[in-house]
Amino acid sequence: MAYKVIRPPESAVQSLYVPAVVDGLGITMRKFFRNAFGRRKDTATLEYVGTPETTMPYPLRHRGLHRLTQREDGSPRCVACLCCSTACPAQCIFIEPGEYPEDDPRHGWERYPVRFVIDEMRCIFCGYCVEACPCDAIRMDSGLHAPPVVKRSDLIFEKERLLSMPGRDGKHLHKNPRPDPPDPESYSLHDGARPPLVDRGASGRDGAGT
Amino acid sequence: MTAAILLEAALKTGAVLAFLLGLAGPLTWAERRQSAMIQDRLGPVMANVGPLRFWGLLHVMADALKMLWKEDFVPPKADKLLHALAPMIAMFPALVTFAVVPFGDTVCSGQLWEVVPKSGTCAEGIEMQIAPLNVGILWLFAIAGTGVVGAALAGYSSNNKYSLLGGLRAASQMVSYEVTMGLAIVGCLMVYGTVELPEMVRWQDAHVWGIVAQPLAFILFFTAAVAETKRVPFDLPEGESEIVGGYFTEYSGMKFGMFFTGEFIEVIVASAVLTTLFWGGWNLPFLCRDGVHLPEWAGGWHLALEHFWVTLIQIGAFIGKTVAMCWFQLMVRWTVPRFRYDQLMRLGWRYLLPVSLLNIVITGIVMLAWT
Repeated sequence: MAYKVIRPPESAVQSLYVPAVVDGLGITMRKFFRNAFGRRKDTATLEYVGTPETTMPYPLRHRGLHRLTQREDGSPRCVACLCCSTACPAQCIFIEPGEYPEDDPRHGWERYPVRFVIDEMRCIFCGYCVEACPCDAIRMDSGLHAPPVVKRSDLIFEKERLLSMPGRDGKHLHKNPRPDPPDPESYSLHDGARPPLVDRGASGRDGAGT
Repeated sequence: MTAAILLEAALKTGAVLAFLLGLAGPLTWAERRQSAMIQDRLGPVMANVGPLRFWGLLHVMADALKMLWKEDFVPPKADKLLHALAPMIAMFPALVTFAVVPFGDTVCSGQLWEVVPKSGTCAEGIEMQIAPLNVGILWLFAIAGTGVVGAALAGYSSNNKYSLLGGLRAASQMVSYEVTMGLAIVGCLMVYGTVELPEMVRWQDAHVWGIVAQPLAFILFFTAAVAETKRVPFDLPEGESEIVGGYFTEYSGMKFGMFFTGEFIEVIVASAVLTTLFWGGWNLPFLCRDGVHLPEWAGGWHLALEHFWVTLIQIGAFIGKTVAMCWFQLMVRWTVPRFRYDQLMRLGWRYLLPVSLLNIVITGIVMLAWT
């Protein structure tokens, strides 16, 4: 079945063809001179200098590989509340919460992740975990995309690896202003007294929250 | 005396060959780099010798090496002799047409370091032209016309449908546009009153450049010349998106390289001929045989130059104009999309041919009215 293509009639200038070519030449020449000699170039590609690792930096709001932020003492800021793993639509976060030892000032105040595993291959990089986190413990601002790997297991990141990844600014610290038990300021929240303990039972999973 | 003539011819041939081949290589680079500039890319810049990269110019060397080392594949059922002969036949006319193109004024061999008179030419001088033929531009057309043979042979001998289609397209296209090319020049020949290229340049020096005298002929000749070089928008014989690679589908290695280089040499030759016919050849404004003369309204300033320097500047001017025309051809190549085959034929026979005839008529009328 052949189509009958109805074309609008050409004007005299159009059928001359030359003005259109001159127009086109104007566009290409403008581009050429700007990119060849101009101060402000439109070039979209990067010069591939030195190594294949030369890449265009991602935009600042890029959601890249996850990282866990640290406290001053290097321990994870994560309190193992399981908000992120609950929010995760791909169910790629696994957290095994643990209770701090009896003599730790944070004991009874919060928990910590014994294991914190993210399957970067399953992750859909939606950023919900970052939104869900109440204490700025998980971030996606590493500026890295998932690297190519040989084994699938190489993309299952454990806590140590997530903790070791710095942010774009090269730092590990979190920005959560809320003070924690080792910090004397945290006691001021409770009139200088040690914060009250909450009996969570033996499992440590029930009775969370105050 | 004979030995001197032979030596002179050999030197000039060597210089022209070096110019053609030496410019064809960078043109392949310029084509890619220029297209990159037009399309907001960087293009080839990475080939390097140590830290030196020369803006990617070394890619020319890399390309040549690649082509030399590639396997020279011949299809099993191809006509072996014609298949090997075709690239040579395609490259030969491109190189030989340059023989009649003058790249400088006649050099007065005895007066190199003197200031020669402002007008006139040296009778006993070295012509800056390989073959000072009295048929001039006719030789150019005759040889350029054989260019179609290489493409047609390549298409025919490859034993490949796409090659054959490409060869057919090349044959019909080049024959069609040769008509326009020849007729477009007739107007120029009428104005210049000669077929010898150096005389044409001298006429332009004495009067006005051809682009002013024959602007329509320039557009016609330029279009036909691009069609003759088989480049975009007239690259139907190659037509990658339709017939794989056209007439050189079955060519690899340096045989393909010869088609490729031949195409760029054709670009240079077309530019040189355009320069000679329409852009005043070796002439520069205000540069005469005895130095620089500014006109009265600009102060009438005069700088006497020895003949050697004038000749050098003139040859430089010719090369510069040729390179500029090459650049312009590349710009056109990256601006205009490819024609469909019926459009190509319609453009050639129904528009360009009548317009070139019209140009002859108008030129005749104007010349009659003038005198």
